[in-house]
Amino acid sequence: MSKSLLVSVLLAAMLAACSSKAVKEAPVVDKTPSAPAVTETAKPAMADDSATTTGATQTDMSVNPLKDPNNILSKRSVYFDFDKDEVKPEYRPLIEAHAKYLVANPAAKVFIQGNSDERGTREYNLSLGQRRAVAVKKMLSLLGVQDKQIETVSFGEEKATPGCKDDACYQQNRHADFAYENE
Amino acid sequence: MMKSRHYLIFLLMMLPFAVKAELTIDVVGGAAQQIPIAVVPFLQSTGQQDTIANIVGADLRRSGLFRVLETRGVSNQPHEASEINYPEWSSIQAQALTIGKVESLAGNRLKVSFRLLDVYKQNQLTGFEFNIAPSQQRATAHRIADMIYQKLTGETGVFSTRIAYINKAAGRYSLLVADADGYNPQAVVSSKEPLISPVWSPDGSKLAYVSFEKKKPVVFVQSLLTGQRYVLANFKGNNSAPSWSPDGRRLAIVLTHSANSQIYLINADGTGLQSLTSSSAIDTEPVWSPDGSTIYFTSNRGGSPQIYRVGAAGGEPKRVTFDGAYNVSPRLSPDGKLLAFIKQGSGGFRVAVQDLTNGQVQVLSDTSQDESPSFSPNGRMIIYATNIGGKGALAAVSSDGRVKQRLSDNGGDVREPAWGSAAN
Repeated sequence: MSKSLLVSVLLAAMLAACSSKAVKEAPVVDKTPSAPAVTETAKPAMADDSATTTGATQTDMSVNPLKDPNNILSKRSVYFDFDKDEVKPEYRPLIEAHAKYLVANPAAKVFIQGNSDERGTREYNLSLGQRRAVAVKKMLSLLGVQDKQIETVSFGEEKATPGCKDDACYQQNRHADFAYENE
Repeated sequence: MMKSRHYLIFLLMMLPFAVKAELTIDVVGGAAQQIPIAVVPFLQSTGQQDTIANIVGADLRRSGLFRVLETRGVSNQPHEASEINYPEWSSIQAQALTIGKVESLAGNRLKVSFRLLDVYKQNQLTGFEFNIAPSQQRATAHRIADMIYQKLTGETGVFSTRIAYINKAAGRYSLLVADADGYNPQAVVSSKEPLISPVWSPDGSKLAYVSFEKKKPVVFVQSLLTGQRYVLANFKGNNSAPSWSPDGRRLAIVLTHSANSQIYLINADGTGLQSLTSSSAIDTEPVWSPDGSTIYFTSNRGGSPQIYRVGAAGGEPKRVTFDGAYNVSPRLSPDGKLLAFIKQGSGGFRVAVQDLTNGQVQVLSDTSQDESPSFSPNGRMIIYATNIGGKGALAAVSSDGRVKQRLSDNGGDVREPAWGSAAN
């Protein structure tokens, strides 16, 4: 899916959400069969593909929006610049989609896991990863997600691919990830 | 049943076990003035090849303060004071001479005796006799080296001390404790998830460390004698960067709760949590001054990471480092006069020291990805983690920058060293 299409689809989904009107039947998420807001959140990623929309009767996990590769909710990483914790505009749609999912599923809990590249010391990088996680959390909070649904943690540089030689490689290690509880 | 099996696995995980990969230490530089010393192989009446003189010689050489002379060319190899032909030892420029012997005692014990002699004055400087089990020969050799070192330099030796470090091999992280010369590494704990920031309790009986085994950083304290451990801090968010108070009663730790890293104090049993710093920036890597009055830490409250200090009872933090844009990981020398830290400069991240009386800064290391400095108990050496050949390695540098050592481990990636006190 191209980025512009994705954005427009998201905008459509947001508008739909604002008007509190389910646009279309959508798959049900695990064992909470009636979560109307989920249908809205799950909607965008299927907009260009009706194959995944098999209706409300389906109750298995195969269409969990969090796992659906066609759903933006399956995208979990926000990337950062060196020694920075500002969320770049290109990641707003991803964060907004997760915010909508969490608002619609008040029982859902997410860990925001911050990471850094391997330059600098482990404890400082642990704190830097935390700042990144907190930056994402702040956006989620502004979008209405309850505090108790979010736990920010950091892995610092511990999960970084070792031996990077250039920034293209380091950049892959500077991210905050969404990890849902019980996934 | 399940529960007891888990318990068993947990117990097995906690038991120290010998590790194959030992650290080997190469000395890269040395002091300007080295003391020339000859260490004659000890007479082993047990019939075994002597190892003690080799270990003593290696210890002294590794310190960088001694030139250990080749003794094989000397025709007379004394083991008693009466057997010494002093002119032979002056002719190879030896200033000091060590001799000794190992004799069998009843009940599978050994008697190890040694003498340290001044070649010029032709007299004995010190001597000692040990009654040991055969397995204690290595430890005894380190104690002999400590006694020689103390007599000739006036400083306390560190050959009987231990180092803790993290080894990553085959996807597993292990917290290891080895002798200061890299021998006898024992795994204290092992995990598939990262382990970082080990620190010794002041009495050397426990290690505090950070484990990610619960999928987030949690601080544990583990006894080296029993292998038992407990969670010191598992609050919401991250729990990290433990540092013991000099009296061992409290630790400084870093918690995030729901926001940025901030420094807290907690009793060693996990009770009595209290907040020490509160800023909207990163505050981390706390470390106590040796007198317990002050806590040094890293903060980016001024825009770039720098080292600050604050009273252990609280107060307004004061900035300590001003030179450069990235100064982190403060550590105090045992006498409280030197601050070692990691400084980013044109050569990368290096170990530096700042004289706390006059503020003078000196970069000590010549490696470029340095982390985790840790002073030896006598303050002379600083061990640290670096990267050599694309792999984590340990190195050490003397606090005057003259002596440099590389510690390599063929078994994997090594990092996060912490220098501890002497083994009991």
